[in-house]
Amino acid sequence: MLFNIFAGLAVLSALLVVLNPLSRNPVTSAMFLVITMISISGLFVLLGAYFLAAVQILVYAGAVMVLFLFVIMLLDLQEIARRKLNLVSLAMGILAVGALFLVYKSSLESTYGEASQQHEVAADADQAEATTAKVVGSTQALGQALFSVGNGFILPFEIVSVLLLVAMVGVILLSRKEPG
Amino acid sequence: MEPLLNHYLLVSGALFAIGLLGVIVRRNLLIIYMSLELMLNAANVALVAMSRFNGNLDGQVMVFFIITVAAAEVSVGLALIVALYRKRQTADVEDLATMKL
Repeated sequence: MLFNIFAGLAVLSALLVVLNPLSRNPVTSAMFLVITMISISGLFVLLGAYFLAAVQILVYAGAVMVLFLFVIMLLDLQEIARRKLNLVSLAMGILAVGALFLVYKSSLESTYGEASQQHEVAADADQAEATTAKVVGSTQALGQALFSVGNGFILPFEIVSVLLLVAMVGVILLSRKEPG
Repeated sequence: MEPLLNHYLLVSGALFAIGLLGVIVRRNLLIIYMSLELMLNAANVALVAMSRFNGNLDGQVMVFFIITVAAAEVSVGLALIVALYRKRQTADVEDLATMKL
């Protein structure tokens, strides 16, 4: 039930980000993107990834969207907002992406659908129950998975911190006024 | 009924398809950027669902790194868009068809 609400809300507002019939304004798209991010974080909670749900709201719905809104306000895109979509490219895009999605959907059904699952379900049911009950992405569990010596992710973590530093320096370099 | 792995993967695929549609159809650089974020998030949903249903926390660690890299990518990309807008006074990809500034 909750899954249906969050999934429907995520997909619907994602559609409104991309193709909003009432508004071409980037601010509207950004607001619908916030709704999508919050719905996805709800899906994370349903999947037991509590830490990632919190991070999703803090980083995406908070920091990234504020950044987007800053840039939208900074650029002042009033003229571009009124430009119309090319109907031919819209139709072709929907056709191509829809076909891709249908291929994905049918491959999912052939992998996880009832026909292929029936003989495995009985054997897997107990095992699946046992594992899904265990894996909960609480802050403690995720921290231990990240930082445990031996099979942890300490080196990637440090590399990512350097990447953030590089991004910070790069942004300052890119956005300052032209020298001279 | 408890949702299964394929339901989550279907939602993830739908979000990815919508993001791809946005990248293909829309001509505004900022909207294209938002669609890219949507595609990254679709991958995150798939990874977390896989992590849950396979009983392994590594997928969630991967999502943690993806979120970090996406944040860095957004900041650099938006700075590039602002720098481009200063030079060309436009954020529409139709007007940015040449490599020459």
